[in-house]
Amino acid sequence: MSAGFRAGVRAGVPFALAAGLLAASFGVLARDVGMPGWAAIAMSAIVFAGSAQIAALTIIGAGGGLVSAIGAAALMNSRFLPMGIAIGPSLPGGAAARAAQGQTVVDASWALASDGQGGFDRHVLFGSTAIQYAFWVAGTVVGVVGGSALGDPRTYGLDAIYPAFFVALMIGEIRSGHALGVAAAGALIALVLIPIAPAGVPVLVASLASLLGLIGRGPA
Amino acid sequence: MSSATTWTLIAACAVVTATIKGVGPVALGGRELPPWFAGIVAMMAPALFAALVVTQALADGRDWAVGADTAGVALAGLAAWRGASVIAVVAIAAGTTALLRAVS
Repeated sequence: MSAGFRAGVRAGVPFALAAGLLAASFGVLARDVGMPGWAAIAMSAIVFAGSAQIAALTIIGAGGGLVSAIGAAALMNSRFLPMGIAIGPSLPGGAAARAAQGQTVVDASWALASDGQGGFDRHVLFGSTAIQYAFWVAGTVVGVVGGSALGDPRTYGLDAIYPAFFVALMIGEIRSGHALGVAAAGALIALVLIPIAPAGVPVLVASLASLLGLIGRGPA
Repeated sequence: MSSATTWTLIAACAVVTATIKGVGPVALGGRELPPWFAGIVAMMAPALFAALVVTQALADGRDWAVGADTAGVALAGLAAWRGASVIAVVAIAAGTTALLRAVS
């Protein structure tokens, strides 16, 4: 294991703990919509995309169809497109190798691996994702097995964990006045699009606020 | 959920996720990118995470919504700004939200 991988694991621990709590509430949600426990655990192990899994099951739970659920998952994951484009040049190897390495991109790992200047350390990415994956699957097991004892995750404010997770990531990224302006622009774009676009699209479009990096002082 | 529905959902979500995550790193080829590209990349994180906070804390489906979780996340943001650890930020968000729901 490289030093970068170990650093990624260490940096990923707090995010992994939060992901574990979120996964537990996903396990409870899966049980509530009538998904077998083993299937919920398999979904976490195979798909490993929190917001997409939750979006898909929420639609199923509301009586929506399979196609809508899959579409919602796709839109939720659409933010990984700009993230992948951003990290691409930092990943070595041919197209297949880069696509394979791209599978390890999750929000917190992508942010932790970023050097803030446009480059990424892939070993930090791998390490941070490894620990988050372990907690994501373990948390799902806890939610599925202990779900009936836990009751409604909202009672414990578990639904506030995901946005808090992103707050922590966002604050970590705002290292300059310029970044603060870009964050404000991204937030505004998302806020305006919430009532008019399906979930996931506001975030994807908000990524265009990063084009403000072309003006101003560039990377801090 | 029927067994067929469950498996189809899991398989389709897996394929969709893997495709989206795979396309990005390949899209621009393996070439060296100009300096202005790094400027955009560096600003992508603040834009994306701010949007994710807004869509998670200020919306309920397609409606704008302010609730106990909004207050919890706002307080958590303040704590993060003051240098609190990730664990503390998450605990403040969940704790505040749970407390507000308990008393309301």
